[in-house]
Amino acid sequence: MNLTPEQTAFRKTIRDFVLKELEPVASEIEQRGEFPHDIIRKLGNMGIMGVNYPREYGGLGLDTVCYAIAVEEISRACGSTGITVAAHNSLAIAPIYLFGTEEQKRRYVPPLARGEKMGAFGLTEPEAGSDAGATKTTALRDGDHWVINGSKCFITNASVAETYVITARSGDAPGTHGISSFILEKGMKGLKVGKKENKMGLRGSDTAELYFEDLRIPADNLLGKEGEGFKEFMITLDGGRISIGSMALGIAQGALDKALERSKERVQFGRPIKDFQAIQWKLADMAVEVEASRQLVYQAARLKDAGQRYTKESAMAKLYASEAASFVTHQAMQIWGGRGYMEDQPLERYYRDTRLCEIGEGTSEIQRLVIARQLLR
Amino acid sequence: MSIDLTEDQQMIRELAAKFATEQLKPRAAEFEEKEEVPAEILKELSSLGFMGMMVPEELGGSGLDAVSYAMAVEEIARADASTAVTVAVNNSLVCGIFLAFASEEQKKKYLPPLAKGEAIGSYALTEPEAGTDAGNVQTTAVLAGDHYVINGTKTFITNGGIASTILLFASTNPEMKTKGLSCFIVEKGFPGFSVGSREKKMGMRAANVSELIFDDCRVPKENLVGEEGQGLKIAFTALDSGRISIAAQAVGIAQAALDEALQYSKQRQQFDRPLCKFQAIQFMLADMATRVEAARLLTLRAAHLKDRGERFSTEASMAKLYASESASWVCSKALQIHGGYGYMKDYAIERLFRDARLTEIYEGTSEAQRMVIARGLLR
Repeated sequence: MNLTPEQTAFRKTIRDFVLKELEPVASEIEQRGEFPHDIIRKLGNMGIMGVNYPREYGGLGLDTVCYAIAVEEISRACGSTGITVAAHNSLAIAPIYLFGTEEQKRRYVPPLARGEKMGAFGLTEPEAGSDAGATKTTALRDGDHWVINGSKCFITNASVAETYVITARSGDAPGTHGISSFILEKGMKGLKVGKKENKMGLRGSDTAELYFEDLRIPADNLLGKEGEGFKEFMITLDGGRISIGSMALGIAQGALDKALERSKERVQFGRPIKDFQAIQWKLADMAVEVEASRQLVYQAARLKDAGQRYTKESAMAKLYASEAASFVTHQAMQIWGGRGYMEDQPLERYYRDTRLCEIGEGTSEIQRLVIARQLLR
Repeated sequence: MSIDLTEDQQMIRELAAKFATEQLKPRAAEFEEKEEVPAEILKELSSLGFMGMMVPEELGGSGLDAVSYAMAVEEIARADASTAVTVAVNNSLVCGIFLAFASEEQKKKYLPPLAKGEAIGSYALTEPEAGTDAGNVQTTAVLAGDHYVINGTKTFITNGGIASTILLFASTNPEMKTKGLSCFIVEKGFPGFSVGSREKKMGMRAANVSELIFDDCRVPKENLVGEEGQGLKIAFTALDSGRISIAAQAVGIAQAALDEALQYSKQRQQFDRPLCKFQAIQFMLADMATRVEAARLLTLRAAHLKDRGERFSTEASMAKLYASESASWVCSKALQIHGGYGYMKDYAIERLFRDARLTEIYEGTSEAQRMVIARGLLR
């Protein structure tokens, strides 16, 4: 259950980069609410925009545990960068790599994996949130084209992406069976990026709407099998949940780091506050939550790497790590007292950032449904 | 304890609710954006009598009891937490100290403007090295003839940047440590007083929380409240009452979050039915409502004990502890019920979530409350 030397070395590489390049600008990224182009470019040069994908496709060719470590260490300093990297790797590249034709893979994956282009995954709609299968966006076959009409909301990287994977209802089959996936490219006529969302946290991460107005795409841009879109995105989300679990884990670790630091430095009643039993208990509980989260995330990653079913485990990892991170960041702020509530320290950013992890890529309620379904099979 | 409200108490609750619903709720997002509770709102609150609720009428106040006060703060907080804390500090921490400890001259001079909202008050205790360890005040006050000379810095002072009457806690006898603190009335215009930087907070952004700087600040001798050495007792007595108001504030925020969640759960449909049809959501709402109710009752109990002239310190701490932790929990659940929309600033719930969090920290962190309660239990 320990990390391999390669995984350990990889963690150090990411951590060194984060400390030098990302941590010093994380607060500014949030304050400005701007996409961290510069950081993403540097991460792209390091191969972090395609950690898990084979070298022949422009990726780093590392395992899922390494990928989880990358997202964790990045999120430890900056949740916005963490979610950007996670959505790009797990939600945009993954479906193309898993379900694409060889031609589609060769065409789309390398620029994404090298970080030359950003990717986005357009699943969610105003009426299709937890009920992700209630897709209303339509795709009508017209000769050797599909014509797409509809809209998506809450799409991470929507404004900066050049490659999109979206879902649309392509047939009359009822419920989830009539959905297909498609690959879109920026610049296609009829593809518009809508309003950028004004979020509580993760303000350096781009979240926006997409509109499709008689968007004509070549028939070759169907991804995977017609009518299998729902199944395909469920598989995609299984992988995505490992990354959101990692993101939450990273934020929690960052908060724990800061809480430990503060408990040693802050003196009240003539002693550092770490001397108080109540604070020791808090730190202990926080550390247990972080460790449990970590083990669940790595377990899901290992199962995926071993080619085994991991739906239940990734849902557990995401559920547990996200709820744990909300607890840990809450306690960390409490240990900082009034100063923790102020913008000049990162505690309040961690608290706001991690809250999204209980919602995106399937709310905790959906995770519970997924887990229960797996248990009761 | 009777939990029936008198007609008068009901009336005050309704008056506050009406003002809050009409004047505050529609503008709360705007106050946050501008990081200010507008002067005309404070003026309106004053004319309705909300700035000096427990101050006797002959001194310009409304002469209300603590139960009425708690309910008024709850109703105001239900619409806007920032406005509520501005009001609460003015009432509990400032007017409250004048009422309990000031001389007749001091009361006559300072209470009417505070009660009528012509002056806003602040309570300056916290310092960079004196947070939970409130007695570790480093600000000094040295008697020099007919005035005291004050030197030091206060941080995290609510209303600090807008107050004209400041109750300041400083050490007149550093050797005596916590028994050497004294309380002074400082007017904004006194030489050597200035407002430092304003804090940028995660929530309650319309509430002014600032640094206060005392640089050879000259305060007339007559502005000592009570006696030298009584400072900590005065500070802590004020906090007992203050905790009732923060508990009420937390109840108000939690109630607002519950209101939002209930409404959203009826409107939002997924899987062909409104969210409120799902058992998991129903149970969440049930747990939220139960906590809000429990928090409210704890708050009213503490207020009721205060009105009867009985000890209420432990009960006020319990109320503040429970209501604040419940408010964070309820707001988080309410945000969860909103799903992705709950994370967006288009909806009020994310602001409520951020606002609620501060109630677990100020006027004594939850850890400080647990210390007070344990002390009360083990007395």
